[in-house]
Amino acid sequence: MKFPYSFPLTRAFSLYMGQASLLAWEAFTSILAGRIRWRLVLRQVVEIGFGSQAVVIVTGIFTGAVFTAQIFFQFNALNMSTAVGPVVSVALFRELGPVLTGLMVAGRVGAAMSAEIGTMKVTEQIDALRALAVNPIDYLVVPRAVAMMISMPLLVGECIFFALSASYFVATRILNVNSVFFLHHMESYTHGKDMVMALTKGFVFAVIVAIVGCQQGLSTRNGAVGVGRSTTDAVVISSLTILMVNFFLTMALNIVFPAGQARY
Amino acid sequence: MNPSEGNLIEVRGLRQTFGGQEILRGVDLDIPRGKTLVLLGQSGGGKSVFLRHLIGLLKPIAGSIRVEGEEIAGLDERELEPVRRKIGMLFQDGALFDSMTVFENVSFPLRERGLRDEKEICRKVREALELVALSGQESKMPANLSGGMRKRAALARVIISEPSCILYDEPTAGLDPIVSDTINRLIRRLQSHLHVTSIVVTHDMISTNHIADRVALLRSGRIHFEGSLGELHGSPDPVIRDFIEGRSHEID
Ligand SMILES: Nc1ncnc2c1ncn2[C@@H]1O[C@H](COP(=O)(O)OP(=O)(O)OP(=O)(O)O)[C@@H](O)[C@H]1O
Ligand SMILES: [Mg+2]
Repeated sequence: MKFPYSFPLTRAFSLYMGQASLLAWEAFTSILAGRIRWRLVLRQVVEIGFGSQAVVIVTGIFTGAVFTAQIFFQFNALNMSTAVGPVVSVALFRELGPVLTGLMVAGRVGAAMSAEIGTMKVTEQIDALRALAVNPIDYLVVPRAVAMMISMPLLVGECIFFALSASYFVATRILNVNSVFFLHHMESYTHGKDMVMALTKGFVFAVIVAIVGCQQGLSTRNGAVGVGRSTTDAVVISSLTILMVNFFLTMALNIVFPAGQARY
Repeated sequence: MNPSEGNLIEVRGLRQTFGGQEILRGVDLDIPRGKTLVLLGQSGGGKSVFLRHLIGLLKPIAGSIRVEGEEIAGLDERELEPVRRKIGMLFQDGALFDSMTVFENVSFPLRERGLRDEKEICRKVREALELVALSGQESKMPANLSGGMRKRAALARVIISEPSCILYDEPTAGLDPIVSDTINRLIRRLQSHLHVTSIVVTHDMISTNHIADRVALLRSGRIHFEGSLGELHGSPDPVIRDFIEGRSHEID
C-alpha cells in the first residue's frame, strides 16, 4: 500500500478515469444491446433539453451581442466592419456555441444528475433498484445519456441561432454595419462543415456531462455532505473536461474540416 | 422437489470486511425451503450486511452462497437478475423511491416485469396495500409518510411480485404492537399459504416467537446458535438468555 500514497493525485486520477470509462463502456454496451427505455429518455429530454433552453438562449444572445461589439470596435478601426459577420459566425459555430452551451448545461444538468443519483445512492434507492432486478445503468444512466445526446446538439444549435440573431441586431441596428454586406459575408464564410463541427462538439460534450454527472452520483458516499461534494465535483470535472477535450477536438476536427476559405 | 424440502440458500464461510474491520468472519447457515428463519444479533453485528450478500448487493471477500444450488458469489449484476426476481428484500429503512408516489412505488416491480394492464396493476396494488394495512395512501409521497408507513409501503412493494423468498430487515421495528401483529401474521400467512421462504432479521422477541420455524444468532461475525424456537428457549447459554430476556442492547 506504499505506492498509492506516494502519488495520491495520480492514484485518484487513474482511479477516476477507470471508473468513468467503465461506466461509459457499460452504458454504451447497454445502448448497443437496445436496452433504451424511451419513456424515461423522453422525460429526461423534457427535463434536461427543454428545461435548459432559457439558460442557453440568454447565454447565446449576450455572447453574440458582446462578441459582435468587441470585434466591431477592433475591425472598424481598420475599415473592415463587414468582416464582423463571418468572424462572429465562424467563432460561434466552431468554438463559442458548443463550449458555452456545454458549460451552461454542465452547471445546470450535470449538477442535477449527480445530486439526484447521489441522493438515491445514499438513501439505498440504488440498492433497492438492484434488489428489484433493475439495472441502475439501464434505468438511470442510459436514459440520461441518450437524452443528453439528443438534446445537446439541439441546444448548441439554438444557442448559435440566438447568438447570430443578436449579432445581426447589434451590428446592423446599433453599430450601423450594412446589413446586406453583413449577411452576405457571414453566409459566404460559414460552411456546412462549421455546423457539423458544432454538432459534433455538442454531442461529445453531452457524453461528458452525462457520464461525469452519473458517475459522481453513483459513487456518492457519506450522506448529505457527500451529495453536496459530488454535485460540486460533477460541475467542476465536467466543465474542465469540456474545456480540455474541446482543444483536442478542435485540432482533430480541423484536419477533417479545415477552417477558412470563402465560398462565393 | 417438494416445496418444503431441502435448503433454498446455503451459505458457507462467508467473510466480509469494511475498512479493515471484519464484520462477517465465516458465516455458515442453511435457509430451509418454505420455512421462516429468524436471524438475531446485536445492533451493528452485521445482520443487514449478511442479508445484502444473499442477493448479491455485496460481494463476499471469501466464502460461498448457493441459491437453489447455484453459486451466486461470483455472478455479475446482470447474471444476478434471475436470483433477485426470486428473492425479494425489505430494506431496513424501506428504501422507497422518493420521487414516486406510494402507488408508483408499489406498482414499480409489476411494470418492470412487463405488466401493462392498468386495471390489473391497480387491483394488485390495492390488494398489496391492504395486506400491509395501508389502504388509501396510494397518492402520498414517501416523504409525507411516517417511518412505519414507509416500511409497510416498502413491504407492499416486495410482496407484490410474489417472490418465492423474502428477506425482511427488521419488518416490525418502529411499528405499534397492533400493526406489528398484522405484519407478523402476514409473514406467517405468506409462509403457510404460499410456501414463501423467509429470513427475518429482528430484535423483537414477540415477533420471533410468533413467526420463527428456525432461529439463528449472529455474534462476532459467526453463527453462534442455530436451532428451533424450543431449543432457543431451552438453551442455558448466557448470550442467548440475554437476548430472550431483552437485555441484548446492554452488550455494546
Ligand atoms: N457499506 C459499508 N461500508 C462500511 N461499513 C459498513 C458498511 N455497511 C455496514 N458497515 C458496517 O458493518 C457493521 C454491521 O452493519 P449492519 O448494518 O449489518 O448491522 P446490523 O446487524 O444490521 O445492525 P442493526 O441491528 O442496528 O441494523 C457496522 O459496523 C457498519 O458500520
Ligand atoms: Mg441492520
